[in-house]
Amino acid sequence: MNDNGLNLLENLDYSVVQQCMHCGMCLPACPTYDATLLERSSPRGRIAMMRAIADGDLQASKVFAEEMYFCLGCLACQTACPAGVDYATLFENARAEVERQGLLNSPVRDFVRRWTLGWLFAKRSRLHRLGRSLRFFQRSGLQTLVRKSGLLRLMPWGLGALEPLTPEINERFTDQLYRQDLKKKNPSAAKYQVALLAGCIQDIAFAEVNADTICALQHNHCEVLLPEAQECCGSLHGHNGELDTAKRLARINIDAFNAEDLDAVIVNSGGCGSHIKHYEHLLADDAEYAERAKEWSRKVRDIHEFLVEIELRTPECKLPAQQVTYHESCHLKHGQKVSDAPREVLRAVPGLQLIELTEADWCCGSAGIYNITQPEMSMQLLDRKMSHVRATGAKIVATGNPGCAIQIAHGGQRADVPVQVVHPVSLLAAAYRAEKQGES
Amino acid sequence: MDNLALIKGLASFLREDQLLTSDEDLSVYAFDGTAMLHNRPACVVLPERGEEVAQILALCNKKAVPVVARGSGTGLAGGAVPSEGGVVLCLVRLNKIIELDAANLVMVCEPGVLTQKVADEALAAGLFYPPDPGSIKISTIGGNVANNSGGLRGLKYGVTRDYVMGLEVVLADGQILETGNKCVKDVAGFALKDLFIGSEGMLGVITKVILKLVPAPASKKTLLGLYDDMTQAAETVSAIIENKIIPCTLEFLDRTTIECVESYAKIGLPTDCEAVLLMEVDGHPAEVDEQAAQIEKIARQGGAREVRLAATVEEGLRLASARRTAFSALARLAPTVVLEDVTVPRSELARMVAYVQGVGERHQVKVGTFGHMGDGNLHPTFLCDERNKEEMARVEKAMEEVFSFAVELGGTITGEHGVGLAKKSFLPKQLGPVGMDVLKRVKIAFDPVGILNPGNMFD
Ligand SMILES: Cc1cc2nc3c(=O)[nH]c(=O)nc-3n(C[C@H](O)[C@H](O)[C@H](O)COP(=O)(O)OP(=O)(O)OC[C@H]3O[C@@H](n4cnc5c(N)ncnc54)[C@H](O)[C@@H]3O)c2cc1C
Ligand code: SF4
Ligand code: SF4
Repeated sequence: MNDNGLNLLENLDYSVVQQCMHCGMCLPACPTYDATLLERSSPRGRIAMMRAIADGDLQASKVFAEEMYFCLGCLACQTACPAGVDYATLFENARAEVERQGLLNSPVRDFVRRWTLGWLFAKRSRLHRLGRSLRFFQRSGLQTLVRKSGLLRLMPWGLGALEPLTPEINERFTDQLYRQDLKKKNPSAAKYQVALLAGCIQDIAFAEVNADTICALQHNHCEVLLPEAQECCGSLHGHNGELDTAKRLARINIDAFNAEDLDAVIVNSGGCGSHIKHYEHLLADDAEYAERAKEWSRKVRDIHEFLVEIELRTPECKLPAQQVTYHESCHLKHGQKVSDAPREVLRAVPGLQLIELTEADWCCGSAGIYNITQPEMSMQLLDRKMSHVRATGAKIVATGNPGCAIQIAHGGQRADVPVQVVHPVSLLAAAYRAEKQGES
Repeated sequence: MDNLALIKGLASFLREDQLLTSDEDLSVYAFDGTAMLHNRPACVVLPERGEEVAQILALCNKKAVPVVARGSGTGLAGGAVPSEGGVVLCLVRLNKIIELDAANLVMVCEPGVLTQKVADEALAAGLFYPPDPGSIKISTIGGNVANNSGGLRGLKYGVTRDYVMGLEVVLADGQILETGNKCVKDVAGFALKDLFIGSEGMLGVITKVILKLVPAPASKKTLLGLYDDMTQAAETVSAIIENKIIPCTLEFLDRTTIECVESYAKIGLPTDCEAVLLMEVDGHPAEVDEQAAQIEKIARQGGAREVRLAATVEEGLRLASARRTAFSALARLAPTVVLEDVTVPRSELARMVAYVQGVGERHQVKVGTFGHMGDGNLHPTFLCDERNKEEMARVEKAMEEVFSFAVELGGTITGEHGVGLAKKSFLPKQLGPVGMDVLKRVKIAFDPVGILNPGNMFD
């Protein structure tokens, strides 16, 4: 990867590094700048450091490394930037360089990274196994016991903080649901053939969102496939400096899906979607996969985007009036520029009244594993989000990313705002099901 | 003087997070919004109270260390670029709105308040703060005052200077000067506050601003004129003004700029015409309707291929905010964007526009031009690559010619961005020896040791 002895930032296409003309227009969009008013915690400052490192004017240091992990990777700066700076690429390479040089290495961090990125999230079967144990832990009463004991506070590196954010694990994961119930509901004369990326967290903790996605698609003339050989999308790896693993996972998924034969690859998690739409760039230098990656990227659709594109059918049913507000996942809004489509999906659901959320696209602090690595900033952002949620008066928050869903549900408890957090597509699926009672 | 003693002195009254000295921090405060200019400071200080500013300046004055005041660092003349080894005095944490006095139509705020915040707070009280530089979302009010910034509404509403009623300024030696007040009239002594407006951080550091507000206009209409010929757009501007109509906004974008803005904002700007005029009228609804109709007629007579009327207020807002991204959006085409700020009497606009076009062709440099046409203020922007020395030499030459021609037409080398480091070599040509001498005498009177942004504007 750096066989020429240069660091990753030096190796990056200079036009990417040089694109920022330091106008500062992105600063007000950046949550970490807003919180600190420090130039180094702003997009302009971070890019300037990267450029200085690429130019050899600055050493990649621990301060730089910490700054790159203080960055949420929310990409609000990329939306705000009129000059077309590709912050996502800069960010991924900067973090990868931090890892390459081991700037933040410590025994605990190394252990946790190896265990999560290198092992757990590198294979879906492992995640499934862990998921089952976790479910046992959650249901057995052990969880309450552990919570009370304060044992978690003794755990290293903020891992204790992870526990209340651990979602409830489902009884059946997506593939079981699919094999047992969903597959047979594929319409016989389908207009579109699509395949679903099940995701990792979505798959074991929000399997019903995957089921709802499949249901909504089936009600819109789609035959839905669930390729068995699929793996985690690799976004966690890509965003946390493990570019090689990210590339390996991308190749596996491309092989598993055969996007060439599909009308669309459907993804319902903002974070995964943002990442897999970029396989094209990730594998651009891969002689064998570059072309297929391009085709893959052309076919990937966020579920809302796809439903709107095929002009989703408005469910014909009467449902009680309810107020809902919509939180924009960063990677849906900034990473994929999908912003109107989820709202359109919500507006299509009978009885739902959409109340706009102030700062709907301001990061909630979930940001992948940010709520574990930077708990203080993360909770600050969450409190800000919850105060806006409270102001809407809505009892339902819809959002298209599992990380945000976990974070906001936690925020509801933390700030005592009683809300139910759902995926927009779940509300839609419920409406389709209500058309004919008994059918699912 | 050695850095250690300075930093020790500053550390005696600043917290650790208010005094930055790491290589990383120094590298990110080395530049502002201007292309190609950078210098590493010795340290960066972030005061949170006016008294801290006074302490910092007193210390630096005693030790003769250069200090550059800084807001958000969006300046386009290099005015906030530090002196090598100097102190960056960053004012963004002095960001409180102290008072909104609706009875007197006045707002009092600290210098680090963002211009957008001033506008929003005023609007929430049914009032209006008109100056709206393209950078409004992030520029600070202190930076606006220090540069006497203009904006998109200059034609009808004037520039920052027209809204400053009073200032609190920390002088070079740390003394605090209050000048001006909430009174509409005040002739007690020289109008010192006016000296600080546009002083580019060279006479004192602004720590408080008293701003004038006006009632918010009841109605607004936005029109877009499409032209196949740039000079026709310029002539339309002159014709509108000749007809005694004063729109609040008359902005101009050439084809290159429109393409860049559209590829960012995606709001359906036409990309197949040579020039677009963004025109806005505001005021009483009946008057607004009448003026909009007149403007449409004049634009058509002036050769506009098409005149579009924004259907809603939101659409008008979208157009204006897209226009504000013009400068940054041009960076899509080239890594280095060198932007100029020449201003000419409005009657000379068509000649200036044509000249800029010719200069680009003569020196084979790509130029995108946009600007506040109603103010006679153009921003020819040279699209280049700073690593290409030969190209940069041509850009330099082209710029020089544009400046000379502007001065020849009775114009100025800078209408709103300031002289800074970027234009200081051209200043004597415009001001002449007497003008320069008076500038220097004023500078010495306020800053005898010469610590405030030395080397900026003149040596
Ligand atoms: C995209 C873009 C669009 C722009 N559009 C416009 C426009 O339409 N019209 C226009 O006029 N300008 C425009 N500008 C230029 C710039 O935004 C303005 O000059 C603005 O006022 C600078 O504010 P700032 O807070 O960034 O100041 P800085 O850049 O930080 O500082 C500017 C100057 O003011 C001095 N200074 C800052 N704060 C203080 C203080 N408290 N006391 C004393 N001196 C101080 C600095 O030393 C420096 O000389 C634009 C810039 C960009 C990047
Ligand atoms: S990232 Fe874009 S918006 Fe931010 S400073 Fe750079 S060019 Fe300007
Ligand atoms: S990704 Fe988010 S946190 Fe990081 S620099 Fe951009 S806006 Fe700021």
